[in-house]
Amino acid sequence: MLDYLISIMLTAGIYAIFALGLNLQWGYSGLLNFGHVAFMAIGAYTTVILSMNGVPLIFAVLAGMVLAGASGAFLGVATLRLREDYLAIVTIGFSEIIRFLLLNWSSLTRGSFGLYGYPRPLEGMVAHEDYNLLLAGIVIIVLLLVYAILEILAKSPWGRVLKSVRDDEAVSVSLGKNAFSYKVQSLALGSAIAALSGSLLAFYLQYINPNNFQPIETFYAWIMVILGGSGSNRGTIVGAILLWGFFSTTRFLEGYISFSPSSSSAARMVVIGMILVGLMMFRPQGLFGRKEELTVGK
Amino acid sequence: MANEILKIEGVRKGFGGLLALDGCSLSVQEGTIVGLIGPNGAGKSTLFDLISGFVRPDAGSIVFSGKEIVGLPAYRIARLGLIRTFQIPRALMRMTVLENLMLGSQNQMGEMIFAPIIRKSKVQADERDIENKAEEILKFFALLRMKDEYAGSMSGGQKKMLEMARALMADPRLLLLDEPFAGLNPTLSERLIERIKKLREKGLTIIIIEHAIPYVLALSDELYVLNKGAVLANGRPDQVISDPRVFEAYLGVGFDAQP
Repeated sequence: MLDYLISIMLTAGIYAIFALGLNLQWGYSGLLNFGHVAFMAIGAYTTVILSMNGVPLIFAVLAGMVLAGASGAFLGVATLRLREDYLAIVTIGFSEIIRFLLLNWSSLTRGSFGLYGYPRPLEGMVAHEDYNLLLAGIVIIVLLLVYAILEILAKSPWGRVLKSVRDDEAVSVSLGKNAFSYKVQSLALGSAIAALSGSLLAFYLQYINPNNFQPIETFYAWIMVILGGSGSNRGTIVGAILLWGFFSTTRFLEGYISFSPSSSSAARMVVIGMILVGLMMFRPQGLFGRKEELTVGK
Repeated sequence: MANEILKIEGVRKGFGGLLALDGCSLSVQEGTIVGLIGPNGAGKSTLFDLISGFVRPDAGSIVFSGKEIVGLPAYRIARLGLIRTFQIPRALMRMTVLENLMLGSQNQMGEMIFAPIIRKSKVQADERDIENKAEEILKFFALLRMKDEYAGSMSGGQKKMLEMARALMADPRLLLLDEPFAGLNPTLSERLIERIKKLREKGLTIIIIEHAIPYVLALSDELYVLNKGAVLANGRPDQVISDPRVFEAYLGVGFDAQP
């Protein structure tokens, strides 16, 4: 039972970090990133491949973040001068390109066989059966660190420019702000955060394969951000805990309801969908969003 | 005194088959208020878009304090101290009034991505200075009591004032005001006239597009009339306004046809 709680904590924590990256892009900058999972995959694979080749873990993780950040910046530079919906199309395409690249670049990734037996942080320090507890501690520390940094940035002059770009880019430009550069920065930083969550996911799973990074993962992050309230870092974390809490607790019900495993997972998505529809009708700002932000100026 | 801050020569801009500006030239002296009037579609707002770099002219040159600015991105022109406002007020709706103003301040170190973390105390000290300045300007526009409200909850007239206040936060050298009196009641308009005059005393140069002729006459040192994308007349406001050609452009009839 304790093991189960720890595993819920781990996944919720990892996905909370993942979703915080998206909240920076969508909640604060208004960028439609529909391919967030690509950056998680880049982080996971870069970290694993480098560490298997003897690079110290900390540098392997940082390399994943840098590579993901650079990819995010590249996508931004290519599309952000166009209308905002182009970014959505390009990112969703990019996430599938990355997944197929990982599937087919067998010499590097072993394709669908996946990678395993790679080093994990502080592995020798505790007994194997206690490792998840240690990792949960690491995940929580990283989550709090990312949260603290994002909160400082969101309330800083930098965050103020991001919000102005989200609200009305022309105003921002008319006051001397390079709106384009800020959008690229936000995309790059959010992508680097997604890569960090990818490295942690790899440490937790001990085995990664390209099918861990299906497009649905991106939309889990969107559910978390919207559930918690776009533009609220705290809301995003609560959204992640609620979503994984829901996924995990309903797993217990499977013994009582005569659904096959596949239809019960479909039933879970139906329930999530209905909750989101209800949320949009009765609390469109999400759990922690501010209602005024949706109603002003309409 | 005769220090030319802005010189526009022969700018042309077409949108499809329509020529919005066709060889328009004007010159603005530092520390003056220049009025810009003309019938709807004369090209006034397009001229503002060109000066501020939001739209690139097809031909012509625009020199701001000795520097050619055609082709510069709009945000760079703003950084030179040439700040515009918009005809339809564009408040940053989901930000507070105070945040709207603080955004306007220039050269903020805290706008660099990791500066708020690495240079925390410096950025916080800057923020306090910027906030004090913002509150002073809000007081000037009688908006101080609204500082923590969302800008989206302001009335149309208040948004006009907010926009001007935000522009002033940037310490502009040249301010472009696009119909600042539209949607303002007469009391507010009188107050705004006094405020704009005070800004001129401080040495600010202002170009005003405005349809309300009495306000333009009360403020302008020089008046330009635009018609069909070119300057129809310019000079001292009282002379320009009694020019028969101006009358004709506005009413579509000759001076003689006056009743």
